[in-house]
Amino acid sequence: MGIIEAKKLIFEYIRRDEEGNVEGITRAVDEVDLDIKQGDFVAVLGHNGSGKSTLAKHLNAILYPTEGTVWVDGKDTMDEEYLWDIRQTAGMVFQNPDNQIIGQVVEEDVGFGPENMGVPTKEIWERVEESLKAVGMYKYRKHSPNKLSGGQKQRVSIAGVIAMHPKCIILDEPTAMLDPNGRKEVIRAVRALNHAEGITVVLITHYMEEIIHADKAIVMDKGHIAMQGTPREIFSKVEKLKELRLDVPQVTLLAYELKKSGVNLPDGILTCEELIEALRL
Amino acid sequence: MAIILDHVSHIYEEGTAMEAAALKDVNLVIPDGQFIGLIGHTGSGKSTLVQHLNGLMKPTSGSIYYNGADIHTDGFDKKNLRSKVGLVFQYPEHQLFEIDVFKDVCFGPRNMGLEEKEVELRAYEALKQVGLEDEYFYQSPFDLSGGQKRRVAIAGVLAMKPEVLILDEPTAGLDPKGRDEILDQIALLRKKTGITVVLVSHSMEDVAKYVDRIVVMNQGCVMYDDEPGMVFRHYKELEQVGLAAPQVTYIMQELKKKGLDVDTDVITIEEARDGILKALKR
Repeated sequence: MGIIEAKKLIFEYIRRDEEGNVEGITRAVDEVDLDIKQGDFVAVLGHNGSGKSTLAKHLNAILYPTEGTVWVDGKDTMDEEYLWDIRQTAGMVFQNPDNQIIGQVVEEDVGFGPENMGVPTKEIWERVEESLKAVGMYKYRKHSPNKLSGGQKQRVSIAGVIAMHPKCIILDEPTAMLDPNGRKEVIRAVRALNHAEGITVVLITHYMEEIIHADKAIVMDKGHIAMQGTPREIFSKVEKLKELRLDVPQVTLLAYELKKSGVNLPDGILTCEELIEALRL
Repeated sequence: MAIILDHVSHIYEEGTAMEAAALKDVNLVIPDGQFIGLIGHTGSGKSTLVQHLNGLMKPTSGSIYYNGADIHTDGFDKKNLRSKVGLVFQYPEHQLFEIDVFKDVCFGPRNMGLEEKEVELRAYEALKQVGLEDEYFYQSPFDLSGGQKRRVAIAGVLAMKPEVLILDEPTAGLDPKGRDEILDQIALLRKKTGITVVLVSHSMEDVAKYVDRIVVMNQGCVMYDDEPGMVFRHYKELEQVGLAAPQVTYIMQELKKKGLDVDTDVITIEEARDGILKALKR
């Protein structure tokens, strides 16, 4: 069994008007099956309103299925007894770093999670140190989070999650508010966690170039999985992605355009190196 | 000559130990009808700069002129300035509050003291300008998608008929199609009405695709101010200040290194495609 598994997951919410009368039911997640293995890097794509954030919130029991089941590390998320275990196994990072940081000093903020879990003080400090080192923020441990850049703040948020020693980390558009450097820093830190620490990563993003190194990509549309496969398989279908309001990385699009103009190139080129090779330069 | 910034500086807590300069001696001319991209890393002074353009913030030294008049002299009509220089903040949909879309867009022009008929006419026009269909006009703004909400918020500013439209990261958090739709709509609006647009963005690809001129901010100073192709030539310097060139510019650099005779000033996919095709034929 994978670290995260879902069977026929359905989530519905009731829409109400001003007076609280029921207007209708929206099915935000529609019969989704998932099987994510420990150590995988899984990217979730999809347009605004496709259900990807709603799906993500099921992976650490912020939301519960209307129908179907989600298991995190073998535990059913509906089972209240395991709620804290589940949240500790699967940590979540959100879009806006300013909404997630509470400490006055970076190391204090990172220590909040483990302290809340009742970890002994000495071990808290050890965890804070290793987490900040893992995201490359150790030298800022005494700084005030307010004075950091967006990318640095977001890395502190990630450190705060990994200090709880999760097996899995879910990131919901962690780079949406960042400048190019901040985006690079965060993605680099996430990849390092996945590689070096073997932490399972579920990354939700609108930036296509951030997912080219993922093991698997899932594309959501109207609450269900519209496409899934390796990034290369997904990005080979430029037209289909555009129909789903998505995009491909610029190098993939350039190769696709060149191919349309008669240059002999394979589908799904993901990096500049691959383009150079395919052009036999 | 819509807006002129003359030696504008903004220093927080001047004369104290906490003193920090957010803007340092900024000189800029923003002529009528230009489409300007304003880029810079987080904390480089972009947002401080745009808040000076409509008088929300006052420079600690230097002057700002709007159509030749100093906006910080006594008697200058600031309320009028704010309707002429429309500022759309980041995540503007958080500022929607009315019970339906149409009422929300009416708020700005009504606040200007216009007659009810004119208010409604302007709201209608503005919603059309952002490409929102009639069927949404009487829906709650909170039932719309992210991209639609953002259009409503932009319409709220357009309904005041600004001469200058400033957008602070209008596409943050939108899906790729939503991003293109909003920017295409703004480009179209500018073409039709000749409005001046200042686009603050973290997406170098978007800036490259749409604007005539790029202003790069770094540590409160203007670092570059030129056409997109010229600015992105300095991609190495841009990287040092937390920015980058569009991905396609890097691809062209790499191709050139490998001996393909292409122009490396290219900043859009179409230019790159044409350039490579030409080089391959040689």
